[in-house]
Amino acid sequence: MAVGVSSDWTSEPDAAGVAVAFPISEQVCVVLGNRPVAAGYWHLELDAPSPACQARPGQFFHLLCPSPDERTTPFFRRPMSVYGADANAARVEFLYKVTGGGTRGLATLQVGDALNMVGPLGRGFHLDPAGRHILILARGVGLATLAPLVQLAKLQGMAVTAVLSARTTDHLLSVARMHRHGADVITVTDADGSSDPDHVEALLRPLFAAGRLDAVFTCGSNRLLLLLKRLAKAHGVPGQVALEQQMACGLGMCFCCVRVFDEADGTAYRRVCCDGPVFDLQTVPAW
Amino acid sequence: MVDLSLEIGRMRLKNPVMPASGTFSEQLGQVFDLNRLGALVTKSVTPEHRDGNPVPRVCETPSGMLNSIGIPSKGLQHFVEQIVPLYSGIDTPLVASLSAPTVDAFAAAAATVSVPGVAAIEANISCPNLEANGHAFAMAPDTTEAVLRAMTAATDRPIWAKLTPNTGDIVAIARAAEAGGAEAVVVANTFLAMAIDIATRRPKLGNVLGGLSGPAIKPIVLRMVHQCSSHIGIPVIGCGGIMTADDVIEYLLAGATAVQVGTATFLHPSAMTKMVETLSAYARTHDVDRLQDLRGAVVLPDDMAMLALAAE
Ligand SMILES: Cc1cc2nc3c(=O)[nH]c(=O)nc-3n(C[C@H](O)[C@H](O)[C@H](O)COP(=O)(O)OP(=O)(O)OC[C@H]3O[C@@H](n4cnc5c(N)ncnc54)[C@H](O)[C@@H]3O)c2cc1C
Ligand SMILES: Cc1cc2nc3c(=O)[nH]c(=O)nc-3n(C[C@H](O)[C@H](O)[C@H](O)COP(=O)(O)O)c2cc1C
Ligand code: FES
Repeated sequence: MAVGVSSDWTSEPDAAGVAVAFPISEQVCVVLGNRPVAAGYWHLELDAPSPACQARPGQFFHLLCPSPDERTTPFFRRPMSVYGADANAARVEFLYKVTGGGTRGLATLQVGDALNMVGPLGRGFHLDPAGRHILILARGVGLATLAPLVQLAKLQGMAVTAVLSARTTDHLLSVARMHRHGADVITVTDADGSSDPDHVEALLRPLFAAGRLDAVFTCGSNRLLLLLKRLAKAHGVPGQVALEQQMACGLGMCFCCVRVFDEADGTAYRRVCCDGPVFDLQTVPAW
Repeated sequence: MVDLSLEIGRMRLKNPVMPASGTFSEQLGQVFDLNRLGALVTKSVTPEHRDGNPVPRVCETPSGMLNSIGIPSKGLQHFVEQIVPLYSGIDTPLVASLSAPTVDAFAAAAATVSVPGVAAIEANISCPNLEANGHAFAMAPDTTEAVLRAMTAATDRPIWAKLTPNTGDIVAIARAAEAGGAEAVVVANTFLAMAIDIATRRPKLGNVLGGLSGPAIKPIVLRMVHQCSSHIGIPVIGCGGIMTADDVIEYLLAGATAVQVGTATFLHPSAMTKMVETLSAYARTHDVDRLQDLRGAVVLPDDMAMLALAAE
């Protein structure tokens, strides 16, 4: 664990447990920047005092999105993975894709506007400090969720191989950021056919075969999830996946965000918001 | 110092704000100190193990939401052994919400959860989205009274009856609950409702039907609280669309003794503590020494008083 290192991600409560009384808060944060970065994707930066800026990779916030127009008022909050969190600078970043009323509302935010956020929420990625080399396999908005993990891995002195998939090179969003954090990046796209699961499998096989992977992580594609689950199982490598599900409360109270998981004694429903959103790769069934 | 306290039957609460069943769990203790609430009401538990309904389990509607969660439950033993102890350090009465398929099962469940740490039992005789297509005990006075009688005979804990707004005559149901021995009625659960995605032509909920909650239902439930409190002697706990302290005051004026807050907590996790703070501030500014002085204090025009209540 990177305790004592001055960095963006060192705020994990130490094992002895310096109990944080109320680790989750509803905060009104000021927008520092909100701009389109590629086809339909926006990058949002906020001034976010503690505890928001203490968010860990894989955790998320629940955002109260403004109305994009007078006919649309998103009633629920919208869950959004933390793309970056800097405890020293008191900053939080999101990378979001405009899909419906809530995210269209987010795209109307101007510098200086206020955004009401609840968080940080959920269980993030667990990075075993003994690991030397991790693999990240991400597609689409899954890149946003996995980008901060690359940064954390680098801080802990691990090598990262990131296989990033998207429709076109324009949709490959955080490649520069992952490069900057020292990842060995391989990109594949639908446009040139390289994102085809068979091709991705051919890319991954040698990495697994070399026996140097200590853990694998994925987000953003069901097909890639199933591929990684199969390879990781065959090679005995532990893995984690960040899942999505519609949410109302985001805190574990309403039980609307459940998914089915494989357990030792059958299947069980788990809440994505508080039991996850990060889960053990091998417990996620094919669906 | 403003007095926010109140009595519900044999129980004394420090303030009138508590969560509605199914919209609260121990996780809210990560947001604020649960000691600040008047009571804590747990998610309904059933004697049998239930997985709940297919997803999507919720959807948005104008000024509200639909849910068809389907009461996932790990049974009463799990509740008594795993859930009740979570609140042992908290100095706020714990109310266990129960749901069951038969009168006998309701009574047996009441006995099972009457353990140290459980101060009262809320009988969810109204959940509209169980198997019987929205039919529930609280749809008829005779079944309501039968459940309450059986439960009060099975335990010494106070029983609150949670009513459904889907009945045509909620006053008759409230009277039946009182006759059966309820120490309070909770008015009310969600309205049976539906929404369709016009692009796919499919229902927006996996279970097709669900319950409407949130600000959209407040005026209707407020009317029901007013009618019930005018006709029964036990306290009415108002529940429906409460978002702010102003809504709480409106419910008190209509005749509620206390309130439950559901959907608001999903949008603002700290909504309930904000309400408690604002209620104190309101009472101070308006020279109200005891918040309970507002109970039923709606000023009705003389000749309208009888008319308004006559809608039975
Ligand atoms: C833990 C988590 C992290 C996420 N992180 C990101 C991220 O970093 N970047 C990003 O672009 N998107 C992310 N998403 C997806 C994002 O929440 C949805 O795209 C967003 O809620 C869509 O809202 P809307 O109003 O624009 O769309 P609409 O389709 O109008 O939304 C209607 C309803 O469906 C829900 N919904 C729609 N799509 C999703 C989805 N994929 N997951 C969950 N609920 C959904 C909405 O929340 C809303 O309740 C994440 C989802 C989860 C659960
Ligand atoms: C997601 C959800 C789950 C609920 N589960 C229960 C339940 O288990 N038992 C119950 O008696 N009421 C349940 N309710 C109803 C609420 O307790 C409350 O009566 C209703 O939501 C109206 O209040 P509101 O408008 O403040 O939300 C549930 C409501 C919601 C939104
Ligand atoms: S969103 Fe309410 S339990 Fe997960």
